[in-house]
Amino acid sequence: MGGLPAGRVEATQHEYALWEKRGDALLVLLSAAGRMTVDELRKNIEVLGPDAYDRMSYYERWIHSISQTLIQRGVITMDELGRRMSAVEARHQDESR
Amino acid sequence: MHDHPHDHDGDDHGPHRPHPGPRPDADDTLSYYQVMEIAVRELLIEKGVLSAEAVRREIEKMDARSPAQGARVVARAWNDPAFKARLLQLGNDALVDLGLERGPYKLVVVENTPDVHNVVVCTLCSCYPRWLLGLPPDWYKSRNYRSRAVREPRAVLREFGLELRDEVTVRVHDSTADMRYLVLPARPAGTAGWSEEQLATLVTRDCMIGVAVPKAESTGVNQ
Repeated sequence: MGGLPAGRVEATQHEYALWEKRGDALLVLLSAAGRMTVDELRKNIEVLGPDAYDRMSYYERWIHSISQTLIQRGVITMDELGRRMSAVEARHQDESR
Repeated sequence: MHDHPHDHDGDDHGPHRPHPGPRPDADDTLSYYQVMEIAVRELLIEKGVLSAEAVRREIEKMDARSPAQGARVVARAWNDPAFKARLLQLGNDALVDLGLERGPYKLVVVENTPDVHNVVVCTLCSCYPRWLLGLPPDWYKSRNYRSRAVREPRAVLREFGLELRDEVTVRVHDSTADMRYLVLPARPAGTAGWSEEQLATLVTRDCMIGVAVPKAESTGVNQ
């Protein structure tokens, strides 16, 4: 996007949420363990397309890309991930009831 | 038999579930991607790829990094010409002198002079010298900054309240996954004899990205 027209730069910042820091830590640790590269992170973000890119927040794009990379590398499967996400959600609903 | 999602239809990228979209963050709901983070992390821990302890330690390290580290480097460079020469020449290798973490990527320090002003951006994503500045602010990662910093840097700097004289050359440095930049701002006038600790108070994160310049009158430090 370097060089493209765009709007005014607003000096925005926010305190990172814990889940965002955990997502960041996952990439650092996976890189250190040779399980993922920064190029894979970027590749799996770039294939999102402009709409999804703009709709998702920064760390949403990261965790999406990390998941995709791990699936592509066969570290986890799509099936495992889908099941675990359902389980996490169900567990959370129980807890907050 | 496969109830799982997304195989080869190309335009979808995640397990099929009620789609994300911007959803308000309430205390009692987890967003789709928050759920994904928890799920991925749990799977990685179960498979022994990483440990919960390692994640916790990484977050502690993250929290410990801040622009204060970069400010120490700048203040030392202002007060110690030999250190400054090493820093400009060697980058990371000079940080060891201050007992600082040696970054995982090549560090290039670019010096502001009366004739040259340096600005750092990452047009591809968000590459940033985290070991000296901590995590980047949102605006650094924004489309607007990344798009325009390389095309109309003076206009962008003006939006940060920094007006440069026409004679000053603006150099924009585009970071990469393997190389990070830190701006060494010019030492403000009126700071002769200041200690490194005093000098460091003038050096903000934005000064080291290059969207601001340090000013001696901006603090209450007495001379």
